[in-house]
Amino acid sequence: MILNASGCLDALEAPEVARALDAFVTKTVTPLAREGNRPVRIAETDAGMLNSIGLENPGIEGLLADKLPRLAGLGVPLWVSVGGFAASDYAELCAALDDRAEVTTIELNLSCPNVEEAPESAAEIVAAARPRTSKPLYAKLSPAATDLPETARAVQAAGADGLSLVNTIKGLALDERTLEPRLGRELGGYSGPALKPIALAAVYQCYRATGLPIVGMGGVSTGRDALEFLAAGAAAVALGTVLFSDPEAPGRVRRELAEELAARGLPQPSDATGLAHASGTVTVA
Amino acid sequence: MRRREALRVVANEAIGPYTLLRVERGGLDPGIPGQFFMLEAPGRPLPRPMSLCQAPPRELAFLLEAVGPGTRALAATEPGDELHVFGPLGNGYRLDGEKPLLVGGGIGVAPFQYLSERLGGPPAILGFRSDWHAEAAALVPNAEVIVEPTLVTEPLTDLLTQGYKVLACGPEPMLEAVRDLAPDAQLAWEAPMACGYGACYGCSVEIDGVLQRLCVAGPVLEAA
Repeated sequence: MILNASGCLDALEAPEVARALDAFVTKTVTPLAREGNRPVRIAETDAGMLNSIGLENPGIEGLLADKLPRLAGLGVPLWVSVGGFAASDYAELCAALDDRAEVTTIELNLSCPNVEEAPESAAEIVAAARPRTSKPLYAKLSPAATDLPETARAVQAAGADGLSLVNTIKGLALDERTLEPRLGRELGGYSGPALKPIALAAVYQCYRATGLPIVGMGGVSTGRDALEFLAAGAAAVALGTVLFSDPEAPGRVRRELAEELAARGLPQPSDATGLAHASGTVTVA
Repeated sequence: MRRREALRVVANEAIGPYTLLRVERGGLDPGIPGQFFMLEAPGRPLPRPMSLCQAPPRELAFLLEAVGPGTRALAATEPGDELHVFGPLGNGYRLDGEKPLLVGGGIGVAPFQYLSERLGGPPAILGFRSDWHAEAAALVPNAEVIVEPTLVTEPLTDLLTQGYKVLACGPEPMLEAVRDLAPDAQLAWEAPMACGYGACYGCSVEIDGVLQRLCVAGPVLEAA
């Protein structure tokens, strides 16, 4: 299963790209509309890029009234990513989405590096959101957590149905000439190929720690990358930065993954999930 | 209709400090002048947005200034190399106005050969930092060349009294100055872009106090 990473595709601007995915994940929606951060918002680095978009979005009312009906018209299952500045924000967003049949899954963005964080822990936010919706809840976590497997176990205990691993990690890029930060907000979220080993470690550890279904993301740009995420424990992969350089990546990665699986005699992507865990039997801690 | 193809480099020609990168056209549409293409920058994670400079029958040509790792990589490509090119993207110039006048600065002259051709060779005012940079003016017919410290706004002030409608491309201070003189000018803006098709939200620029994604709202915008 191939998704986009939240915030890396506008399905209404590029419906042909969204239709090549198994599910489309919206850009994170917050209770109120947000204009996002001042420019400059992106900076390429040697092995990836930094972004500092700042959750630009139309707010939940704008999403429900305008965007969701149009997104539903694409015929692709919809995941809505929600974000906020307190646990109650997440809870209200989940309640607002609960009776919308167009939405199959809610992803809780617990890890945007470009805005102020909610004071509550990831598990407290999941616990607040859980009773407000019957839809599957995926917790999107940062790879920068001190003890990521522990955080994963805590969000599982709080009622998360799955994990999205990982969000970007904080980075800084300096101007060639002036040596000043290139981004308007100085620090940004680092993504792209350099993130892959970090993301793989997160998937590998959290699969062992929880056994939850995982959407693996972070530097996936080929079918081989996707295979590795499955082997580490992911049930699905999401494409992020690669969509910027290659809008045809969903179809290409799908073809390449099918070739990788066939070469190993694996009939289904699910047959690859967890193969990196040597014994084949995974202990859920 | 936009599409993405691997296109072969035909030539890379120096024009003053700039590089004219010519690639085979493949099945790509040259689009409307002022629209842009995302060019794969060899060895770099992200492609680079470039407006089309020339549209000969079987080629697309882009004028670029090698100022960073991406444009340096593009300027270093050789005939036979293949580059993924995606486009045309964004909104180009409206071509239906009376008495068009092109106003460009520096690498901002990039879209003007194609634009001039489509408009039947209107007058142009082109400003450059030095005589060396001004060699690029040879790409644009009917051009009055201005070299710093003189600015394009000097001759522009006179011409505006004759009813010309401005189509401009250049550095931000030039665009702001043109807009002050010609409030109805069509201005082509620039911003760092990751994707070029609305996916990344990276190219938002503040125009009249509102943040807009330049790749889908522009890059050519009407002045307020």
